[in-house]
Amino acid sequence: MFDDVPVFSALTGGVLIGLSATLLLVACGRIAGISGILNGVLDRRSDSAWRWLFLIGLVAGGTFHHLFLGGESAGESTLVLPMIVGGFLVGFGTRMGGGCTSGHGVCGLGRLSLRSLVATLVFVAAGMAIVYVLRCWAGGAG
Amino acid sequence: MMSKLAVLISGALFGFGLALSQMVDRQRVIGFLDVTGDWDPTLIVVLGGAVGVTLVTFRFVLRRACPACEEVFHLPSKTKIDGPLVLGAVLFGVGWGVSGYCPGPGLASIGTASINVAMYVGALCAGSIVCRMVLRK
Repeated sequence: MFDDVPVFSALTGGVLIGLSATLLLVACGRIAGISGILNGVLDRRSDSAWRWLFLIGLVAGGTFHHLFLGGESAGESTLVLPMIVGGFLVGFGTRMGGGCTSGHGVCGLGRLSLRSLVATLVFVAAGMAIVYVLRCWAGGAG
Repeated sequence: MMSKLAVLISGALFGFGLALSQMVDRQRVIGFLDVTGDWDPTLIVVLGGAVGVTLVTFRFVLRRACPACEEVFHLPSKTKIDGPLVLGAVLFGVGWGVSGYCPGPGLASIGTASINVAMYVGALCAGSIVCRMVLRK
């Protein structure tokens, strides 16, 4: 189980995410919650220049790794229903619940917010439950 | 100018960190959620690394009177654990398990030009906008 974990890159990546959230908080006093930042852009809030900059950086950072450091990707089949249904629920749920893995998880837990702890436990549990249900369903159907 | 540069660097660090830690790989994420299958604890290591940093640094940062480039800290004001928080987290968790993407890795993967990511990001924005119209929040 643990043989397959890329411990060094996972830990380094996690630390970089933590440092990113620290930089945004110390420089601009903002929480690095991706869904909240995206919502600000979608709502065309007047003070959204920083949100656009953050999202441009986010895409650039991911793309840089993909182009210069990413290995051969296996190439996935096109998954219409999981992406459309899953994406929609993530968009709806993160606005309703006021955050995602970054806002509630990385930043909320760092602030010792009880709300964020509850949200994190609930979305992890719900994710585990649906993966279990899908596994049983796929097993039964197959 | 400094604050704009800081935001851009912060975003880039976040996106690079997600890619380096393989959280942009939906199989890694689904592997973490698949507790009855071949469980993959990678996500715990990533989240542990990130929260390990914020737990220490936020303590010092929030002791400051104000951020370096702004007048005030913009922190969430809600403290109550209410229905929308829990129901929203349930819906998010289900969507996360179905797709294997949460918003950060989904957006950070746009540059891979994957059709799956494109569909995910489109649906993510649609879900958020529909929620705003339904709940007016």
